[in-house]
Amino acid sequence: MVLVNGLGVFWPAAIAQVELADGETVLGAWVREETNPDTDEETFQLKTGNREFDPQRMDFHWYPKDSIRQVSYPSDVYVLERPENGDFFGFLDDVQTPSLELPGEGEPSERFQAALAEVRREQANTIEPIARQLSLLNGQLQKIGNKILKLEYRNKRAGAEADASLPDDDLAQLRAEEGEIKAQSDQLVAEKLAQETALRSNVALFRTASGEVQEIPLTNIVRWYQPNAMGPAAKIKHYAAKIWELLADEPRESNTEGGLFPAIFGTVMLVFLMSIACFPLGVLAGVYLGEYAREGVLVRMVRIAVNNLAGIPSIVYGIFGLGFFVYGLGGLVDQWFFPERAAAGVPTYGTGGILWASMTLGLLTVPVAIVATEEALRTIPRGFREGSYALGATKFQTLWRVLLPMATPGMMTGFILAMARAAGEVAPLMITGVVKLAPNLPLDGQFPFFHPDRKFMHLGFHIFDIAYQSPNVEASKPMVYVTTLLLVLIVLVMSGAAIYLRNQMAKRFRSRTI
Amino acid sequence: MLHCFTKSVLPDASDSPAEDKRPAGPERVSGSDLSHDGGTPQPAIGDPVVRVDDLHLYYGRNEALQGISMDFARGQVTALIGPSGCGKSTFLRCLNRMNDLIDDVRTTGSILLDGQDITDPALDVIELRRRVGMVFQRATPFPKTIYENVAYGLRIAGVSNRAALDEAVERSLRRAALWDEVSDRLRESALGLSGGQHQRLCIARAIAVNPEIILMDEPCSALDPRSTLRIEDLMAELRGEYTIITVTHNMQQAARVSDYTAFLYEGELIEVGLTKDLFTKPQKKETEDYITGRFG
Ligand SMILES: Nc1ncnc2c1ncn2[C@@H]1O[C@H](COP(=O)(O)OP(=O)(O)OP(=O)(O)O)[C@@H](O)[C@H]1O
Ligand SMILES: [Mg+2]
Repeated sequence: MVLVNGLGVFWPAAIAQVELADGETVLGAWVREETNPDTDEETFQLKTGNREFDPQRMDFHWYPKDSIRQVSYPSDVYVLERPENGDFFGFLDDVQTPSLELPGEGEPSERFQAALAEVRREQANTIEPIARQLSLLNGQLQKIGNKILKLEYRNKRAGAEADASLPDDDLAQLRAEEGEIKAQSDQLVAEKLAQETALRSNVALFRTASGEVQEIPLTNIVRWYQPNAMGPAAKIKHYAAKIWELLADEPRESNTEGGLFPAIFGTVMLVFLMSIACFPLGVLAGVYLGEYAREGVLVRMVRIAVNNLAGIPSIVYGIFGLGFFVYGLGGLVDQWFFPERAAAGVPTYGTGGILWASMTLGLLTVPVAIVATEEALRTIPRGFREGSYALGATKFQTLWRVLLPMATPGMMTGFILAMARAAGEVAPLMITGVVKLAPNLPLDGQFPFFHPDRKFMHLGFHIFDIAYQSPNVEASKPMVYVTTLLLVLIVLVMSGAAIYLRNQMAKRFRSRTI
Repeated sequence: MLHCFTKSVLPDASDSPAEDKRPAGPERVSGSDLSHDGGTPQPAIGDPVVRVDDLHLYYGRNEALQGISMDFARGQVTALIGPSGCGKSTFLRCLNRMNDLIDDVRTTGSILLDGQDITDPALDVIELRRRVGMVFQRATPFPKTIYENVAYGLRIAGVSNRAALDEAVERSLRRAALWDEVSDRLRESALGLSGGQHQRLCIARAIAVNPEIILMDEPCSALDPRSTLRIEDLMAELRGEYTIITVTHNMQQAARVSDYTAFLYEGELIEVGLTKDLFTKPQKKETEDYITGRFG
């Protein structure tokens, strides 16, 4: 079901124009049909879009089936995807471009396309450079802010001891710099706003099904298409473009539209970090338990504990992660390395982030890794050990050169299971650093490039968020399917890669004879 | 010459050159001169490489070896025979301390290898196992290439010189009569060989570290007659250069390949003697019953 629904989401649906018995005409995509179990009345649901123009701010409507007078599929219906308020369905009337130098005559559809292209070019030429500059300034501002905090903190501590406050030259200079940059960025913001307002005056006039004409600023159009006029090839192209958007773009409209890139990135990164944290530890512990530890009460107890650890609900790990990693370790790190920020009440590592979340997940999967390692080592026939020892190998040499390579495929199987479990785990993340919408990726071009303290997005949490926290249930439904499908796919791809690796390795150990 | 080279690589190889021992055969030992020690018929052995004295071994409470005393002749093949469960493997594994790997094993008595007691807990077993190699009933080639299998013992001893390894691998494989079959596929997985080749590979692996003694625990029991013959030829070939102690259930094989034969029964050594004497005129009734097949 997830597969069918998930894959179908981006196929451009035909837009029906339905004339109803009461004379009203509506435009929308057919969603589904249902029979009311009480009245036996057959109804159908249309996605009518145009949310902001609807009296109830709804973009999905139910209509009784027998109220249909006529259904048609006009080929000149436009579907506009917008950054907010969902899709718009309507017919193009006219284009007005007061701030652009474009010919005023010609077919509206041609002018629409030309104007849209021009607006986009303008955006790229004027607004985007400003935005880039702004983010650069913001980074500088942050750095200076940190420096000021540090100096102030030092001064305060020094001031407590020797009364004479230190020369404040540095501080004053920094303050001046900060003010300068602030002024600069304020100016840029104003400039950007002006540009945007100017561009917004370029509108397209669309007629809705009921005949009203609405002005839609061209800057508000993310994508447009005419589904009823599209051939199969155009539809496939549209579909591919949507998939690409999904994989590579940021989310829009409180996550119910647009891309999932930050969430995909967060998920993969999380699992990756978790593997780094968990597998070496698991292997070490497993090898120790299986090969080195003397069988005794203590070892048996440890083993039982490890096995029980695997059965603890994941939310408990979340609580532990919050207490131990975030507040405990994170608090310590803050105190040692970022005392000025901690004093100002701004936690750096003392709050949830991708590092702590992955550590928590690592904790959750480490028992599986331990058990897998021990099990894999145990299943190696004794002859291999003896063969190695008989040649004068030490315990470590035997382990390193014979046993571990042979145990690797078995261990990998365990790790794959662990990874698959970790990738789908949401509960412990919710209290250790996952967020609905993260402003930055944990990996970016800003020094030091990797920011393990940052909050992150995660597909699993994304599903939870849009499914249960979204105000517009119908509109977020497709995204839930898509995200679920994607999460399953990612888990499959990652385990697939691991399984492939394992099989490559196992092939080397498979005997042809006997 | 090759031989000397490898010796310099291995810290504690025997100092007696193989050439000295080569002509040594049962004929040279005064076989008929039997000494009766504790009721066990024993041949007098002029130059014993291993002397076992009153060896007891306990698996927990179970006494698997009940006071074994015997000498092993240098450069000769000694066969251990006896019914299943009589302690042949256990005895063999004492000689390179493989029983250390098993929990809850206790031994008393002494085993002198060139005068040094190898039951001493402070002994370096790694060193010992380089001097006393072992081939098992079930061949267990490592999941590595043929080359790496043979080079394994040298590598773990710290040899990384390419030429030295190449030379040792070729020499060992030739010695194990496997070279012609695998020389063109040294870099392929050893698991692609046949069972008989596996066993010869394991022998090559053992020879590569140039031990003084090679222990073989039923090396042919999983092999077909042809492969068995090859291994037997190999033992005859290696005899002289190496001291070989082998366990076998096959009387004909014991008679064919060994110079001396020892008969064990329920953890006790019943009789040791020159193979030709033991099979033609056994001193003890149990021995006679066993070798003639009149045994439970
Ligand atoms: N690991 C062990 N733990 C406890 N008892 C053992 C162990 N190995 C062997 N034994 C016991 O010691 C006795 C001698 O066993 P051993 O394997 O030496 O016999 P064997 O002569 O080699 O027999 P086979 O010809 O079947 O190989 C047997 O009674 C056996 O049950
Ligand atoms: Mg045995």
